[in-house]
Amino acid sequence: MSGSAVAVVGGSLAGLRAAEQLRIAGHTGPLTVYSAEAHLPYNRPPLSKEVLADPDLADAEAMVARLAFRRRAVVEDVDFRLGAEVTAADLATGKLTLGDGSGESFDGLVVATGLRPRRLGCPGPVAGRHVLRTVEDCLDLRADLAPGSRVVVVGAGFIGCEAACTLTTLGHRVTVVEPTGAPMNRVIGPELAVAVQQHHEAAGIAFVIGPGVSAFTGTDRVTGVTLDDGTHLPADLVVEAVGSVCNTEFLAGNPGPDLTDGVLTDNRLAVVGVSNAVAVGDVARFPNPLFDDVPRRVEHWSIPTDTAKRAAATLAARLRGDEPDPTPFAPIPSFWSDQLDLRFQSFGSPALGPEIRLEEGDLDHLTAGVLTTHHRDGQHVGTIALNLPPARQRQLREAFTAVVPTA
Amino acid sequence: MKVTVDMGLCQDHGQCAIAAPLVFRINDEGHLEYDGTPDESERLNVEEAADVCPVQAILIED
Repeated sequence: MSGSAVAVVGGSLAGLRAAEQLRIAGHTGPLTVYSAEAHLPYNRPPLSKEVLADPDLADAEAMVARLAFRRRAVVEDVDFRLGAEVTAADLATGKLTLGDGSGESFDGLVVATGLRPRRLGCPGPVAGRHVLRTVEDCLDLRADLAPGSRVVVVGAGFIGCEAACTLTTLGHRVTVVEPTGAPMNRVIGPELAVAVQQHHEAAGIAFVIGPGVSAFTGTDRVTGVTLDDGTHLPADLVVEAVGSVCNTEFLAGNPGPDLTDGVLTDNRLAVVGVSNAVAVGDVARFPNPLFDDVPRRVEHWSIPTDTAKRAAATLAARLRGDEPDPTPFAPIPSFWSDQLDLRFQSFGSPALGPEIRLEEGDLDHLTAGVLTTHHRDGQHVGTIALNLPPARQRQLREAFTAVVPTA
Repeated sequence: MKVTVDMGLCQDHGQCAIAAPLVFRINDEGHLEYDGTPDESERLNVEEAADVCPVQAILIED
């Protein structure tokens, strides 16, 4: 049925790529992308790095102009509805409800709503507390900074560390609070994490590892952070980088989908329990036969593009009444992170591998290059490369293409 | 097909050289070199390279 209408709910990288790939997969019917944001799809990683540091990007328009994704010509006729949040979807009848109360209908659905930052629930004022996901978040944070501001970053994952490094480079006094161990340890492993912490401390970033946040002090706005060991850290502002929440509320109440953690899909990104829906990007929980048959969400930059391509092929086939391609979908997750003079590159899923081998380099000299491989039950599941030449990436990535999917 | 890389944006991530190795390559100094007028047969790979560029530095003109 070439005239069937597809609704893509979510207008960031995954939504854009899904729309492009639906056209490439031969879907010729009406295609609408609903975005809760007021901007065309843009690239988020620079918001904690070069865009945060560039005062010339003074407003949202300038930032979006700098960050907007190139859109392929095939999406010329796609209707991008900006500032159009979908608040509910009825999968049985194919109806969407938008934030303004209006309704739309669809034959096929792409769930591309992604994540939003998790917020800390502890008591205290709200003003002066920031997150980093949108251009507006980045502008709000920048507008709140004064020369030499005291900043507490809560959370030492990749975004927290990137923000801490950028703010330190800009001359602010930064303390990072993380209850679960040295920075990024869940992904890069505890030994490299301690070495990175020392590297960042040498650049002037303070770390408080162990206690969590119990309250924010101040009346009208934040003046500090109280930790659960009683320590008080004075702060002019706080950046909360404590993980994400899946934007799946609009699907609540439908009997089919499993919304336990994102949206459960099969290996072809078809939403389990729903015949005409696929999920893409950060919100899709799918099994990857590179590793095992456990469905997982993957918050890596490469995943929206990879999942969009496969999900579009699956949905286009279903709408035509065809069986989707049975070839196992086994994307190689990858991401990067720039922190001070360190560039991390990750291939595979290092967080899945408890056995970590230092293959190259010296943890006392990170800038000279370090390579770790991460293993589980004898299988190589992930690689972290620190400051290795970009010419090496192909070989590091191909270590995973050689793995034969087991599903 | 005309390909341009904004070298002011390029940070030598090298993802393009994985997606389209006949068009993009990282040289021995670790910097990008590329063919600005690749053959039409490379179009799919170049589109892929532009998609995976972390800093969106690759421009394709038809």
